[in-house]
Amino acid sequence: MSALLAFWRSHASELGALVAQHVALVAVSTLVAVAVGVPVGILAARYRRVGAPLSAIANIVQTIPSLALFGFLLPLPFVGGVGARTAVTALILYALLPVIRTTSAGLRSIDGAILDAADAMGMTPRQRLTRVELPLALPAIVAGVRVATVVGVGTVTIAAAIGAGGLGEYIYRGLSMVDATVILAGAIPAAALALAADALLLLAERQLSARRRAKRASRAIALALVTLVLAGAALLAAIPHRERIVVGSKNFTEQVLLGELLAQAIERYAGVPVDRRLNLGGTFICDRALRTGDIDAYVEYSGTALTAVFKQPVERRPERVLDTVRRMYADAGVTALRPLGFDNTFAILVRGRDARARGLSRLSQLAAATRDWRAAFGYEFLERADGYPGLAAAYGLRFRDPPRVMDLTLIYRALAQGEVDVIAGDATAGLIDALDLVALEDDRRYFPPYDAVPLVHRATLLRYPQLRAALERLAGRIDAASMRRMNNAVDGERRDPAAVAREFLDALDRGV
Amino acid sequence: MIDLERVSFARPTGLVLREVSFSIPEGETVALVGRSGAGKSTILKLLIRLLEPDEGRVLIDRRDTRDWDPFTLRRRTGYVLQDVGLFPHMSVAANIESIPALDGWTRERKRARVVEMLRLVGLDAGEFAQRWPDELSGGQRQRVGVARALAADPPVLLMDEPFGALDPITRAELHAEFRRIQATVRKTVLIVTHDMREAFALADRVGVLDAGELAAYDTPSAVQACSHPVVRRLLAAMELA
Repeated sequence: MSALLAFWRSHASELGALVAQHVALVAVSTLVAVAVGVPVGILAARYRRVGAPLSAIANIVQTIPSLALFGFLLPLPFVGGVGARTAVTALILYALLPVIRTTSAGLRSIDGAILDAADAMGMTPRQRLTRVELPLALPAIVAGVRVATVVGVGTVTIAAAIGAGGLGEYIYRGLSMVDATVILAGAIPAAALALAADALLLLAERQLSARRRAKRASRAIALALVTLVLAGAALLAAIPHRERIVVGSKNFTEQVLLGELLAQAIERYAGVPVDRRLNLGGTFICDRALRTGDIDAYVEYSGTALTAVFKQPVERRPERVLDTVRRMYADAGVTALRPLGFDNTFAILVRGRDARARGLSRLSQLAAATRDWRAAFGYEFLERADGYPGLAAAYGLRFRDPPRVMDLTLIYRALAQGEVDVIAGDATAGLIDALDLVALEDDRRYFPPYDAVPLVHRATLLRYPQLRAALERLAGRIDAASMRRMNNAVDGERRDPAAVAREFLDALDRGV
Repeated sequence: MIDLERVSFARPTGLVLREVSFSIPEGETVALVGRSGAGKSTILKLLIRLLEPDEGRVLIDRRDTRDWDPFTLRRRTGYVLQDVGLFPHMSVAANIESIPALDGWTRERKRARVVEMLRLVGLDAGEFAQRWPDELSGGQRQRVGVARALAADPPVLLMDEPFGALDPITRAELHAEFRRIQATVRKTVLIVTHDMREAFALADRVGVLDAGELAAYDTPSAVQACSHPVVRRLLAAMELA
């Protein structure tokens, strides 16, 4: 608990910004959902033939898991891309159903005698709607907005995976650092926000329905609107000014560190301010983001680029891999700079205890031992051409059960705690030493090379001529040992990635 | 001034009105009596063009309802519903002001009208104007309903079972109130009811509807003497009650 308070105290301004972002994302999307959903709800209440298919569609959207929905939206123009836009689009889609449904239900539940009275006194359909039906349906509509808002507060935490910001950043950061304090630092305020939004809107709903007093109703609505507008303004203020370079990274410790290293090198040596979109997700998301210009730079691994990005056959000679990848990136408007120095190949890991007990040190020895072992891999490794299927063929591996899919942030601990017996990890993972794991030697040279290569949008290099030289100062300067040490400083010693990266650059500057 | 000329009206389920004709001279009160489903409410809806006749003509002030703008027609026709239909999200004053508000009256004029109307229906403006419909008794609600219907001073007043849901004492009170109000305002009034006694108590002329046809249409005493079997049955039911 005190660690948590200390974390909040030391990250106060960042926490404030994330809360503002979080609120703004929910507010903007809820506003749009109300602006669209209420008219649609009115239509649905009037014409069943319109209403039924609309609620069916909204229902289906509601059942799509949010991560999948983000995935669908990412490649789309206008609404997609990495960042707040996709998140807002997804949130609007989720918020629409409750708003449409309660609006139309609220309108349909109005006593027929009241509508007869309105018709008989000569109200036009529009007057009947604005003077009688909407005021009477208002408590129901507010109830729908309440549901939408609370769902939205929860969904935004997941939107951090695609770089939308908000309190989910702490949750993802905490997951990748395996640090419960950081996770809680995001989860607790997010839960508090949801409860507060729920309580506020519930109050408004009660005020409206207890005694439908026109004055009170308009006051409650005015208050809600002012809150929403303020939140919207906060979002506008939070939108980054684009005279900055945006650096991205995938969602594991080494990538966050590499992102920090790129960002700080740019700030330090090129003097250009940098926005960090770290923890973006997997290879696919980072590649999309780079090509669409949502980010200007990130670090990719040559073997991953060859097989996962460009779908080329596996190639085991490092220079050939680099040449092919560099050429293909150039065709896409992306410049691959010189490698940073280390090769982050896959490492097949087992517990040190098991390795010593069974004398395991090479992958070719594994087949004999694995009959009753359980394996877990990241979903990318399971799918990739240079991943599990080829590995199993090369070494004749067969496991008792099909390998489990597990998040990269959890997989080392799962192995150390005995939940599984074999995993695929990164050769540079800091946790390997910290958790007493052993990497088996790839004695049949199955894995292709994975040299870490900074990728930069060519247009960005042209706009900032000093950028290339700034980044080339890192070329060949980060060896595997340095990388493992930095990874362990974050994963094992729970240090801040930005501080670890800063120390490394300081040492580099001193010529150590 | 209301005239129905050989009006027929059918629903997909069957004929509701068959060649119904009658006239209500200005300032007169007419009660239409009949059992549920006899077509009484349909006639009220035809009069404000919520429905249009399949055959025949409905004339308001000698003009076919199909030539009236329906919203103008409805605003100059007061309508009191069986279930009153007061707007629950509006105060008593706001309810009474609703038609004047549609006609764009000034605030001062509306406010003065509310006081006047509440006095007319026997409610104290200071006590009731700012109350809410759910704070009123059934009889008070019915009085507010009448005040709302008369607020824009319509020449015609239509009442659909206005006292149907009230206890006998309140009903008798309101009957007396109605006669007093009608003596003041002298509207052309059509009351729809299933209660023969109520018809005799309130109306200058009584019409008896049976299965979509007008079985009788005359002064109360003439109707009482009428030999039409349906009229006799209704009169017998009244004696039993």
